[in-house]
Amino acid sequence: MDTQTLYREELLEHYRNPQNFGKLSDFDISSKQSNPFCGDDVEIFVQLKKYRIKNIGFEGKGCAISMAGASMLTEFVKGKTKKELTKFSEKDMLSLLGIEVSETRKKCALLGLAVLKDCFS
Amino acid sequence: MNIWKKDFPIFQKNPQLIYLDSAATSQKPKVVLNAIQDYYENYNANVRRGLYPIAEKATKKVEEIRKKVAKFINAKDPSEIIFVRNATEAINLVAYAFASHNLQKGDSIITTIMEHHSNFVPWQQVAKIKGIKFEVLDITNDGFLHINDSRFKIQDSRFLAITHVSNVLGTINPIKEIIRKVREVNPHIKILVDAAQSVPHMLVDVQDLDCDFLAFSGHKMMAGTGIGVLYGKKELLKHMQPFLYGGEMIKEVGIEQTIFADLPYRFEAGTPDIAGIISLGAAIDYLQSIGMENVRNHESRIMQYALDQLRQIDGITMHGPGDVKNRSGVISFNVDGIHAHDVAQVLGDMHICIRAGHHCAMPLHKRLGVPATARVSFYLYNDESDVNKFIKGLKEVKKIFQ
Repeated sequence: MDTQTLYREELLEHYRNPQNFGKLSDFDISSKQSNPFCGDDVEIFVQLKKYRIKNIGFEGKGCAISMAGASMLTEFVKGKTKKELTKFSEKDMLSLLGIEVSETRKKCALLGLAVLKDCFS
Repeated sequence: MNIWKKDFPIFQKNPQLIYLDSAATSQKPKVVLNAIQDYYENYNANVRRGLYPIAEKATKKVEEIRKKVAKFINAKDPSEIIFVRNATEAINLVAYAFASHNLQKGDSIITTIMEHHSNFVPWQQVAKIKGIKFEVLDITNDGFLHINDSRFKIQDSRFLAITHVSNVLGTINPIKEIIRKVREVNPHIKILVDAAQSVPHMLVDVQDLDCDFLAFSGHKMMAGTGIGVLYGKKELLKHMQPFLYGGEMIKEVGIEQTIFADLPYRFEAGTPDIAGIISLGAAIDYLQSIGMENVRNHESRIMQYALDQLRQIDGITMHGPGDVKNRSGVISFNVDGIHAHDVAQVLGDMHICIRAGHHCAMPLHKRLGVPATARVSFYLYNDESDVNKFIKGLKEVKKIFQ
C-alpha cells in the first residue's frame, strides 16, 4: 500500500475541509467517544425530523483517517432514516472511505460510525 | 557509510529499509542469529537436567552467559542475575516477590511520571491490592525529574521505582546521584532501576549505581525476543519468595511441602529461553567488541545531527532535554496540525520506520499535554543518511497534509 492509495485526494480534502464540522445549535441527540490508543475523539450531534436525520454535525480532533471518516460519514447519512442507518455496517464505512485500512488504523476509520451508532442505541 | 550496518542482515535483505525504532526493538547482527542457529543445530537440549554431552554443553553455555551478563553490568556475583522474559517480567517479579511481601498498608511506593507502563502499572496495582500509598514524581518542563519536589516524603517511602532513561523524552536520569541522595535521607528504601533503555546504549554498573534491583530486555540490545534480565542484590534475593512455581526452581518436592532451589534458580521456574540466553551472550560479545562508549558516542553524534535538522523545520515540537549530554538516542516530537499516526504511516509507506502513539507511557503524554507523539530512536546501525531520508520524508508529510 503506498501513500497515494491510503491518503487519496478525496480523503485528504475531507481532512483539510471537513464537512458538517461544528456543534449544531439545535439538536436532538448527541454522543461522544474517544480512542485512547491515539487520543482521537469525535462528538456527533443529530437533529431529527420524524425518523430522518435532518441535520448532523460533528466535532473532534484526531488523525486524518478519523476526521475525514467522520466528515464523509456525516455527509453520507444526512437525510437517511434511522432504519437505513442500522443497516449501515462497518464494512460499508470502510468502503465509503474507499481505502484499504490496516488493522491498527481500523479504529480510527470506524470511530465516527461508532459514535453515530451510539447516538441511536 | 556506517561500518556496522553490514553486520545486520536485515539491511542487506531490505536495502530500502530505514529503521528508526530501536527503542521499541533492535535489529540483530549476524553473529547473534548465528549463535541461535548454532544452538538449535548443534546442541539443542534442555538445561540442568540431561546427563549427555549436548545437555551439558547447553547448561555450561547458559551459566557462562550468566557470568558474562554479571560482568557486563558489574554485578558482584552471577547468582544475582536472573533470566526472565523481559524487563516487564523482571519488574513484576520484584513487585510480587518483594514489594507485595515486604510492604504493608500505609507504606509508600514512589515512581515517576516518565515511566514506561511496565514500571508504573505493577506498582500502581500492588499498591492498590495492599493499601500502599502510590506516589508519582513529576518532571520539569525541560524533561528532567523533579526529584527535589518537597511534596514527596522520600525519607518515609519504602520503595522507589525509577527509569534510567525515558523511552519518550530520552532523558538520562542522573541515576547514581539520585540514588545517593535518596539513600542519604532514607537508608532503608529499596530502589529498582528500569534500565531497558540504558543497558543497550551505555555502560551501566550496578555496583556504582548502588541500586537494589535493575531490569532490562535482551531484544532491545540486539538479542532475541523473550529474554530479559533481573539483577538483584544477593542479600535481598536470598530472602525473597519465589514468583513462579514449577520445574527447575526446586530442590526437593514432597506431598506436603517443597524446598526451593538456591539463587538464582529459585526465580527461574520452567525451561528458560535457552536460545534467547545464547543470543544475549552473543549480543553482549558483539556490543563489547565495539565498546559501549563507542556505541554511546555514535548515537549521540547522530542524535545531535537529527536535533539540528529537526530544529530547521517549521512547526515541529520536540519533547525532552535539548542537550545530547543528558539524552539517549530518542527524539519524540509533534508536527503542528498533523496527528503522529499520520506522520508515521506516510513515513512507513516510504520504508522509514518510526513509532507513533503514546509509547506505553500514557501518564507522561497526559503530562506533556499531547495524546500521541511521533518518535525516532537510533542505534549502532543508523547514520546521518538515515536522518536525511527521515527529514526528507517529514517534509513530504507536511506537504501532503497541509
